[in-house]
Amino acid sequence: MAVGSVATQGRTVQQSWTRTGIGSWVTTTDHKKIGVMYIYTAFFFFLFGGVEALLVRTQLAVPNNHFLTPEQYDQVFTMHATIMIFLFVMPIWTGFGNYLVPLMIGARDMAFPRLNALGYWLFLAGGIVLSASFLFNAAPNAGWFSYAPLTEATPGCLTQQIAAQGAQAAAANAATSAAQGLQGCFSPGQNPDFWIVGINLLGIASLTGAINFVVTILRMRAPGMTINRMPLFTWMMMVTSFLLIFALPSLTVASALLLFDRHLGTHFYQASAGGDPLLWQHLFWSFGHPEVYILILPAFGIISEVLPVFSGKPIFGYTFIAWSGVAIGFLSFTVWAHHMFAVGLPPIAQAFFASSTTLIAIPTAVKIFNWVATTYYGRIRFNVAMLFGLGFVAMFLIGGLNGAALAVVPFDYQVTDTYFVVAHIHYVLFGGSVMALFAGMYYWFPKFSGRMLNEGLGQAQFWLYLIGLNLAFFPMHILGLLGMPRRQFTYPSGLGWDTLNLISTIGAFTLAFGTLLFVINFFWTMTKPRTASDDPWDAFTLEWATTSPPPPENFKTVPVVRSRRPLYDKKHPEDPDWRHEH
Amino acid sequence: MPFHLNANHVKMGAIALGVTLCALALGAWGTPPNILQPHGYLAKTESNLFWIIFGIATFIFVVVMAAFIYSIIRFRARPGAPAPRQIHGLNWLEITWTIIPTGVLVAVLIVTLYTLLGAIQQPTGVPTMTVNAVGHQWWWEFQYPDQHFVTADELHVPVNMVVHVNLISHDVIHSFWIPDLAGKTDVIPGHDNTMWFKSDTPGYYRGECAEFCGTQHAHMDFEVVVQSQADYNAWVAGQQQTAAKPTSPLAIAGEKYFASAACVGCHVINGVNTGNLIGPNLTHFGSRQLIAGGVLDNTPQNLALWLKNPQAIKDGSDMPNLHLTQQQIDELVAYLESLK
Repeated sequence: MAVGSVATQGRTVQQSWTRTGIGSWVTTTDHKKIGVMYIYTAFFFFLFGGVEALLVRTQLAVPNNHFLTPEQYDQVFTMHATIMIFLFVMPIWTGFGNYLVPLMIGARDMAFPRLNALGYWLFLAGGIVLSASFLFNAAPNAGWFSYAPLTEATPGCLTQQIAAQGAQAAAANAATSAAQGLQGCFSPGQNPDFWIVGINLLGIASLTGAINFVVTILRMRAPGMTINRMPLFTWMMMVTSFLLIFALPSLTVASALLLFDRHLGTHFYQASAGGDPLLWQHLFWSFGHPEVYILILPAFGIISEVLPVFSGKPIFGYTFIAWSGVAIGFLSFTVWAHHMFAVGLPPIAQAFFASSTTLIAIPTAVKIFNWVATTYYGRIRFNVAMLFGLGFVAMFLIGGLNGAALAVVPFDYQVTDTYFVVAHIHYVLFGGSVMALFAGMYYWFPKFSGRMLNEGLGQAQFWLYLIGLNLAFFPMHILGLLGMPRRQFTYPSGLGWDTLNLISTIGAFTLAFGTLLFVINFFWTMTKPRTASDDPWDAFTLEWATTSPPPPENFKTVPVVRSRRPLYDKKHPEDPDWRHEH
Repeated sequence: MPFHLNANHVKMGAIALGVTLCALALGAWGTPPNILQPHGYLAKTESNLFWIIFGIATFIFVVVMAAFIYSIIRFRARPGAPAPRQIHGLNWLEITWTIIPTGVLVAVLIVTLYTLLGAIQQPTGVPTMTVNAVGHQWWWEFQYPDQHFVTADELHVPVNMVVHVNLISHDVIHSFWIPDLAGKTDVIPGHDNTMWFKSDTPGYYRGECAEFCGTQHAHMDFEVVVQSQADYNAWVAGQQQTAAKPTSPLAIAGEKYFASAACVGCHVINGVNTGNLIGPNLTHFGSRQLIAGGVLDNTPQNLALWLKNPQAIKDGSDMPNLHLTQQQIDELVAYLESLK
């Protein structure tokens, strides 16, 4: 590789930074532009997945509804979860991390800018593959965890064979297959193939991003920024990245084996040929549970940035929050089978996973107490970012408590695979991740764009969200207790499920209305001039020490750090943090 | 702040729920399922655990939220207030609030493990009966291996009997669940899963498939009929008979048509035909409450609808539209409903 003089390299870099227009986005390796592209794309998928949620809730608003066919419903509920997890929450954290981590640690860019760009484009490709499945009427339809053997290719449904061969021949064939132990309606269509290919593209994208974050955070911090002085958002992105690196291979292996089963005639998950359907579940959930923390740890990071700034105090118990995040990271690899309490594991194995699940609740509780304590003796400003931050703590608390209930194994036998679990995951993902996302969005929007989002619209959005999410998700607890299984395209009346479902649907539309207000807020704000100051919130960390938005090189001179709150030190030379930190 | 509404919300919800449930007339399903109003030993044990964890969780929620809301109100920014003290943390407090939740969680864990490893294990040395529950897409077959008969959609058991259930899957993963009687156990191809339950009140209870198993997962229900030992014995004696011979001319024609048509490719009526079972055994079809995994109540009108085009009622079901004439449908309905 030819290496020019330093001056030539400098000019090349300068040109790539100052380029404008579409081309500048397509060719960019600037972490901020890539971050923005991640956020835009992920937000688009938030709206896409949200529309699917509304379709699901419309179908379930009343009993015996025929708004969607069963097949449509299966595609929509599967894609709602797949999109929200893999195409919205995961990439939007990558987007926030991309934009903010280099700024927060005083770096000029990510460690591997081109790998960073590759990651975005692979993410986009994965998103296109998954979405395109709808155009072929072959969207994944077996749930976001794609359990084998339902996702196996053969044999097809009897009705499909009848269509091909006629009733008499199909019945005779079916009798023969049944005698051989092969019968059932699996997934002969391409639906699972779209899922496998899309998920693996996204997996590679996440892996490139994760490696990049780890190297950036470990190698590119500004002088004086020791690990123990990093902003907590950076801490949580680092833990998340390690989780991705160690968890994703399991998903890759699981889906590769499924692909082999489907197209190469192997039988990894086919019991009739000596395979084991439970192999899929073990492989999937040993990715799937760390994944849950991949979705929530960056949210913990955002909350740990927002609460201190708007309380006018440092985070309470920095070390405890950071290391409880690390503890959660390690423990998250030991709890996967709590998704499988009903599969018939030996009682002693269930006892192990109940214990590890109980253990992981402890660091989570410690975090919540520290967030509450952060507000004590503060001077709390109720900006929209802070409202979402406070809302997060309350809603995530519910998500933690109903999650702990699921670790009580015999009770879990009753509520697993019911709407109780759906309630839990939405308190964690909507009450947790999405509330934190908007806390971060209102907080950093001035930094991203040079403009302040409208506070009035933001407040309206916050209250619609808080009310909407409790309307949408609280009744689901009761539905679970009343015996409503998840993933049913309809339900009969007379079981006490009607009113609760209707309330939930009203809640979902309330959330949609709140989201609409944000979209309006965004477009309205973007028409305005860039008037935001460098540090509109009187914040503490390095990203606020540069302009809004930051110049391509981030900082004119690399900052020197002496404490966890370098900008606070600069603004309070009379009593800087480094006098108090040890 | 609306946060503290949630605790009340639960109570209000529970009360409203109770009222609704009492107001409901008993339909074909009997009692609507409710984990918290159990009718069996296991479900009661599981429900007791719920109330313990619900109490603890509510207490934690109220305490944390009270502290949080107090702080939010007390320490809101007021004009002219001095800059807040810059507190970085307090180690003894951190240690305290690590130890306290650890203690609470360990207590819950001990109760969990005690129940898991002891109280809910199947008792030995008591009279037991065995049933095989076979999950098909999308209906349940029930085999009574000791009594030598099979049936579908309806599981009869005597009250106060320990029922040992072998769970067999014919195709994909299902999950066997009777909310009022016991938590669920997955039905997995290649795995010899078992579960047990004991009911304490005669009645009709809703059973469901709880694991997504394809297009008609929503219509894979069954009915559990808990009856006195005498009623149960009578039912068993009936089920062990071969099919009743039809008497009315229409039903006689129906039997003839059944035996000669595509029906016998999938269905068996003991005394009429034998063979591989793909669909439910219909020997005592007329005695059942439900059709096709609970998609319809078993009435002559519903059966006629079903025979006319099963795919219109249960899209994706293995039973094809056989394009029967109205005459054939009438004959089959008369015959099948006569099979008590």
